[in-house]
Amino acid sequence: MGRKLLLQHINAPGINTLDGYRQTGGYAAVEKALKTLSPDDVVEEVKKSGLRGRGGAGFPTGMKWSFLAKPEGVPRYLVCNADESEPGTFKDRYLMTKIPHLLIEGMIVASYALGANTSYIYVRGEMMPQIRILEKAIAEAKNAGFLGKNILGTGYDLELYVQPGGGAYICGEETALLESLEGKRGNPRIKPPFPAIAGLYGCPTVVNNVESIAAVVPIINEGGDEYAKIGIGRSTGTKLISASGNINKPGVYEIELGVPVEEFIYSDEYCGGIANGKRLKAVVAGGSSVPILPANLILKTINNESRLMSYESLSDGGFATGSMMGSGGFIVFDEDQCIVRNTWNFARFYHHESCGQCSPCREGTGWMEKVLHRLEYGHGKMSDMDLLVDVSKKIEGNTICPLGDAAAWPVASAIRHFRDEFEWHVTNAAEATTRNYGLANYADPLPKVEKTEA
Amino acid sequence: MLRVENTEQAPVEFSAALIAKFDDIKSRYPEGKQKSALLPVLHLVQAEYGWVSAPAMDKVAEYLDILPIEVYEVATFYTMYFMRPQGKYVLEVCRTGPCCLVGAEKIMDYIEQQLGVKEGEVTADGLFSWRGVECLAACGFGPVLQIGPEYTFYENLTTQSVDTLIADLKAKANN
Ligand SMILES: Cc1cc2nc3c(=O)[nH]c(=O)nc-3n(C[C@H](O)[C@H](O)[C@H](O)COP(=O)(O)O)c2cc1C
Ligand code: SF4
Ligand code: FES
Repeated sequence: MGRKLLLQHINAPGINTLDGYRQTGGYAAVEKALKTLSPDDVVEEVKKSGLRGRGGAGFPTGMKWSFLAKPEGVPRYLVCNADESEPGTFKDRYLMTKIPHLLIEGMIVASYALGANTSYIYVRGEMMPQIRILEKAIAEAKNAGFLGKNILGTGYDLELYVQPGGGAYICGEETALLESLEGKRGNPRIKPPFPAIAGLYGCPTVVNNVESIAAVVPIINEGGDEYAKIGIGRSTGTKLISASGNINKPGVYEIELGVPVEEFIYSDEYCGGIANGKRLKAVVAGGSSVPILPANLILKTINNESRLMSYESLSDGGFATGSMMGSGGFIVFDEDQCIVRNTWNFARFYHHESCGQCSPCREGTGWMEKVLHRLEYGHGKMSDMDLLVDVSKKIEGNTICPLGDAAAWPVASAIRHFRDEFEWHVTNAAEATTRNYGLANYADPLPKVEKTEA
Repeated sequence: MLRVENTEQAPVEFSAALIAKFDDIKSRYPEGKQKSALLPVLHLVQAEYGWVSAPAMDKVAEYLDILPIEVYEVATFYTMYFMRPQGKYVLEVCRTGPCCLVGAEKIMDYIEQQLGVKEGEVTADGLFSWRGVECLAACGFGPVLQIGPEYTFYENLTTQSVDTLIADLKAKANN
């Protein structure tokens, strides 16, 4: 059993209430930080922990905090990114539903470290139940003196508010999120300036993912050095993985970074293997934006080493033969799934979610959707695959925000690894609409498991 | 593309209770940044009226002391705000990849067949409409749908659970 730092007490009775949370040691990190550590000490612990942003980019959290500008007389803000809209990712919703005080506690410690006196949790609008849960938890924490004026008599003041979004994936991008929080359309800003210099209302701002903020609690409780001992190499600590698709036990799992992918998929501690005794065809390991990998490449790197659930190992091989950790949205495809159809589905998603500011993204995502649609529905041409790669290259790197890249990578990687399946959709157009291509040569090396009757 | 419906509707007056909720939200932002209240205020308007009409948006603009266009451009950008009247219950089914791996498309077809209306249309009794929406951050529990304004979730959907849900909502509406 791996160590758990965030979900350790998830099943404790009343863990969603202040009392239940406190009974498991909750709010000790606030006591410790506010009473015994300076704000800079807290930043130092987070730096030592090696924690990397859990929202997708994996940027070291302590370093991000140390970039925050601190001009005299200007307020600073901490904004928590709870927009969670990346297909395949559902860990933040889970954490906020089950153990809301962990996020609140993390927000208090992080706000203290950054010198913020007003902080916001921006939650996607569809999560109204979670917004209610957080508001209740905030009221409880305030009642107990953990929020508001002069917290625990330390002289530190903090107001914490929950802000709903309006239903737009792009508002997960941090500058779009800030625009949205200012009551505007979610159009990403051109960087620089970065939020650390000019963020919310033009003031220095840190934006962090829910899980990053929550991880600050065990880091302060146990010390950054202790946290850094967990994991492997520069992938320190634990990570929440959202596991979905054709597996026996979909759900949210906390892993110690470095668990082998094979163990994650097949062991009963985690996904419990492929559902219905089928075989593994492909995995999207880090949310819809990261490259898809066929079974053989997700289980082993090109050098035939076992692939691990870590930032480095998942990206081993670059885009040619690797993928990315992303947000930890682990989507599993069994042998009956159609890669062309899924690629079209994701392309449609990105077209729908493009904010429309940059022509390569606005137009390119639309073209990719159209071409993939015709391939899926039996009207494709052999030249379509090169066309798709060409469009994806013209989007990648040519846009204001990374949504363009996020739209391009899944398409480019699907064609890179599953070109034969795309070609089959052209050469066997009629058949392609009624049956699946199957596994071809990218099946996992593990034998098919016969379902045994109990 | 969402458009603001150019309907000739009577001006809207917000109740004192609703205004009190708006005031509470407005107090969360610094002086002069009241525009930040726009998204939450629009959610409250939709919860009250079932959709967001042009006169309601004009009234919101007046309340927040911003231009009507600032409200229109926001309301049409975000997918949650309805720009025309809907059924009393809007079934919003996730149609994104991970849910499709576990049968979301079949569930959408089934809902269309059971309700007898196409995506975006309202049933004759005014009770239901449905539409596909993008990933709802519940991919491990798909297929999934949500119903506003509380955004209650229904997970691991099957044709049977859809039947039960529709029957329950009908019973609720007739009580
Ligand atoms: C299109 C797009 C969508 C994103 N969606 C999210 C999201 O839903 N949640 C999130 O935490 N980060 C999201 N991000 C990443 C944020 O921009 C940002 O890097 C992150 O919130 C920083 O927090 P972290 O350092 O704690 O990871 C998204 C980025 C892009 C480009
Ligand atoms: S890349 Fe796409 S989503 Fe990002 S700013 Fe440009 S148009 Fe908008
Ligand atoms: S894909 Fe349906 S909830 Fe994520």
